[in-house]
Order: sequence, then C-alpha cells, then structure tokens
Amino acid sequence: MIARRCLWILASLAVTAALVGLWQHAADARLVSPAFLPSPARAWIALIDGLQQGDLAFKLMSTVERMIYGWLLASLLGIVIGSIIGISRTARAYLVPTLEMIRPLPASAIIPVAISFFGLSEGMIIAVIGFGALWPMLLSTVHGFQAVEQRLYEVGRLLGLSAWEVIRKIALPSAMPDILAGMRIGLTVALILSVVGEMMASADGLGQWVLFAARAFRAADLYAGVVLLGVIGFLSATILGAVERYLLRWRVTP
Amino acid sequence: MIRPGWALDWRGAVIPVGFLVVAQAVSLLGFLTSDNLAAPIDIALGWWEAVADGTLVMRTHETLTSALAGLAFGGSIGLILGVVFGLFRVVDRLMTLTVEAVRPIPSAAVIPLFMMIFGLGYAMELSIVAFSVCWTILILTRAAVAGIDPPLLEVSRALGFGFAARVWKIVLPAALPRIFVAFRLAAAIALIVAVTVEVAANPQGLGYSMMFAQQSLRPDLTFAFLVWIGLLGWALNAALLWAQRRLFGRAAMVEAAP
Repeated sequence: MIARRCLWILASLAVTAALVGLWQHAADARLVSPAFLPSPARAWIALIDGLQQGDLAFKLMSTVERMIYGWLLASLLGIVIGSIIGISRTARAYLVPTLEMIRPLPASAIIPVAISFFGLSEGMIIAVIGFGALWPMLLSTVHGFQAVEQRLYEVGRLLGLSAWEVIRKIALPSAMPDILAGMRIGLTVALILSVVGEMMASADGLGQWVLFAARAFRAADLYAGVVLLGVIGFLSATILGAVERYLLRWRVTP
Repeated sequence: MIRPGWALDWRGAVIPVGFLVVAQAVSLLGFLTSDNLAAPIDIALGWWEAVADGTLVMRTHETLTSALAGLAFGGSIGLILGVVFGLFRVVDRLMTLTVEAVRPIPSAAVIPLFMMIFGLGYAMELSIVAFSVCWTILILTRAAVAGIDPPLLEVSRALGFGFAARVWKIVLPAALPRIFVAFRLAAAIALIVAVTVEVAANPQGLGYSMMFAQQSLRPDLTFAFLVWIGLLGWALNAALLWAQRRLFGRAAMVEAAP
C-alpha cells in the first residue's frame, strides 16, 4: 500500500518535472518572448542569487512577518468577538444580520478607506489584513458556537460553571473545527492582502519585489518572487493543516 | 448562516439603523470634522451624484465585465480539468503535485505578471480573475464528478455511450448541483479579485473609482462606492443562492462535504 503510494508520488513528480522540462524547451526555442517567460533555469538562478546576494530573503521575511501579525490580530479579535456574540442568543439576533451583510464586501475595497486614515504606512497594511482576515474567523466562530449541542450548555448550568468556564470548557472545544477552518481561510486572505498592501504602500516585501521586477521587465526576478509566494502559501497551509489534525485528533473521523 | 426566519427579525435592523442615525446626528451636531469620514446623507448624495453623471453605471459595468468574463474563462478551464480529473483517477494522481504546486500562489502575486504581459485593461484583469477562480472550480468539480454513483456510469457504458455522450448526458447532469455551488462560490471570488486588481493597479472599474475618490479627498464618494461594492457582492450572492434553491432544491445542499 505504502509502496504504491510512493510510486504514485514519484509518477506525479515525474509529470511535474516533465512540464518544467517542456517550459525550459519552450523558453530555449523562444516560443514565448523571454521578456514574459524566462526559462526555469534563469528563474532558479534569479531565486538563488536573490536569496544569497540580494535582499530577497529580507523581503521574504517581511512578508511572512506581516502576514502572521495581521493574521494573529484577526484571529484574536475574531475568536474573542465571535465567542461573545456566539454565546448569547440575543447578541446573535442583533448582530449576525449586520455581520452577514458586511461579509461579502471585498476586503481590498477597504484599502482606500484605510489609506485615508493611516496613509501609505505599515499600519495601513496591518489594518487591512486584520480587517480582511477577521470575517472568516469571526463568522465561523459565531457559527461554531451556535452549533454547540444545547444539552451541553444545560450540563454546564447544572455543574454551576461560570460563563467563562462554559466558554473555555464547553463551547470553545466544541466550536474548534469551525474556528480552525476559519483560521485556514483567514491565512490565505492574510497572504493576499499582505501582497496587495506591499504593492500599494511600497513596503519592503515580496509584493513590492514582484511589482518592481515587473515594472523593470526583470522577468526572472518576477518569477522568483511569485515562486516564493507560492511556497509561503503552500507551507502555511500545510503547517496549519497539520496543527488542525493534531488539535482535532479526538474527533471521530467519518 | 442565516436561517430563513432571521431575515424578518427586526432585531437585526437595530444595529445598522442605529449606527446610521448616530453617525448622522454626530455630523449634524458638528462633531464630524474629519477629512476621512462623511455623514450618511452626504454618502447617499455622493452615490446619487455618481449615478447622475453616469460614472456609477460605467464603472459597475467595467468591474462586472471583467469579473464575469474571467469567471467564464477560468471556470471553463477549471470545469474541463475537473471533469477529466474526476473521471480518470490516473490523470488526477499524476497531476496532483503540479496542481498543488501552482494552486497556493496567491492571486495578488500574479497581478504584476499579467500586467507585464497584457499591460493595463480588461485582458489583464480578466486573466487574473480566471487564474484565481479556476482552482476552486477544478477542485469542487473534481469532487462532484468523483462522487457520482458508479451505477450511473455503468449504465452509460451498458448503453454504449461514447465519451462525449457520457459526459454530456450522464456526468454533467449528475454533478450539476454541486458544480453550480462551485460557480456560486467562484463568483464571489471573481468580484473580490476584480476589485482588488482595480484598487492595486488597473485604472478602471469600481475599485479604481474608490481610489480616485480617496485621492481627490472625497470621502463621501469613497464610502458611496464602498457601500455600492458591498451591495453588489451581497446581491450577486443572494441572486445565485436563490437560483440554486430554485433550480436544485435540496440536491445542492452538500456544501458542507465538498
């Protein structure tokens, strides 16, 4: 079984390698202008050079840092506010319709407003990330709390638990799957908004790097930046997926 | 999720209405002197101004054209690949790594790339939208097709259907409710990406209008466009949700298990 899975992974790897090979040939044969499509070898060299000599590593760290700060801010706010709203039926009746109305608003539409308040600054980017990543977390927390088995609350009341204990011991663990799903979406949103924010405010980061590379028609550098952003997206999703599996290991998987 | 009864619950209206009243009162009393904010009535007047001089219709048209064309383009690619991957497990497994390598690239990262290739305008915006939505459609379509009852496919084989007839007469109809759900989710993404591209780079559409209003120090117009974009997103989702219930009823209520 394991041997067969390895074989499939190897085959899949071979397909990817073949596609990269095809890309190399297409670039070598100048089927596409090298101004738009550098060969994978050139992109790779740009990536290594940028990391070793240029400030690509620094830009990478800035973007990751920004993404994580904004995301943590949004997670904290989302879970706290979501718990407060979710625990009370009355608060839900008053607030959920408003929240549902704001939710479809594209987070990037808040950028102009954020610029008028914070200017083209670091604070603006963090505010936009925090706002954009807040909604998935907030709404999934409210939803998770709402879906808690009513009898569990009754048990809590019988045991004489305080409101805080009910949240910590009953509601939060039971809403955990929803909260984690919201945090996963929030992380994707946070990465996208970091990149957009860096482009707008010209703050140090990969967003700024890819924009400058494109403006100067340095295609190899551009692809290096895009590849790194893909790596960040992939790694952050993988790590969060592992954390999620670990935290939810008590759950009976269907 | 709003339960149907909630929409009519008056308590839901208290916060938004109260907020508007307080904001208007504060500005009437002269406390609102900020250059960044505008009173609700001024925002409404700004909206009317944009309607009257035609910019609102023009910009909305530009944004929706890019978003929907991108959705159609990227959606078709995602749909075709999703059907192929769903029907042929071998292809799916062989392509796993490639898909998983390209998919996590954030949509914002390809803005400069497509800007370099196409310049500014519709082509660049709709390609970015297409890139962003095709993964959602691909993955949900693949799941929908892979989830078709095997007997249905056996029937098509027994009837001697060719590949095209099998896809057209069995696979697509059977997977249609879930594919529609995929398109509904993708439509929301398409609008978000279109606005993002306009805010960040492309000088057209509602996102650009917001940026322009902000730079012209017109907070009333900025907020008018912001509210309008929000309403547009809300209306798009509500319309598609309505169509989904109307067309497929309970058959499409499988979102929880993609």
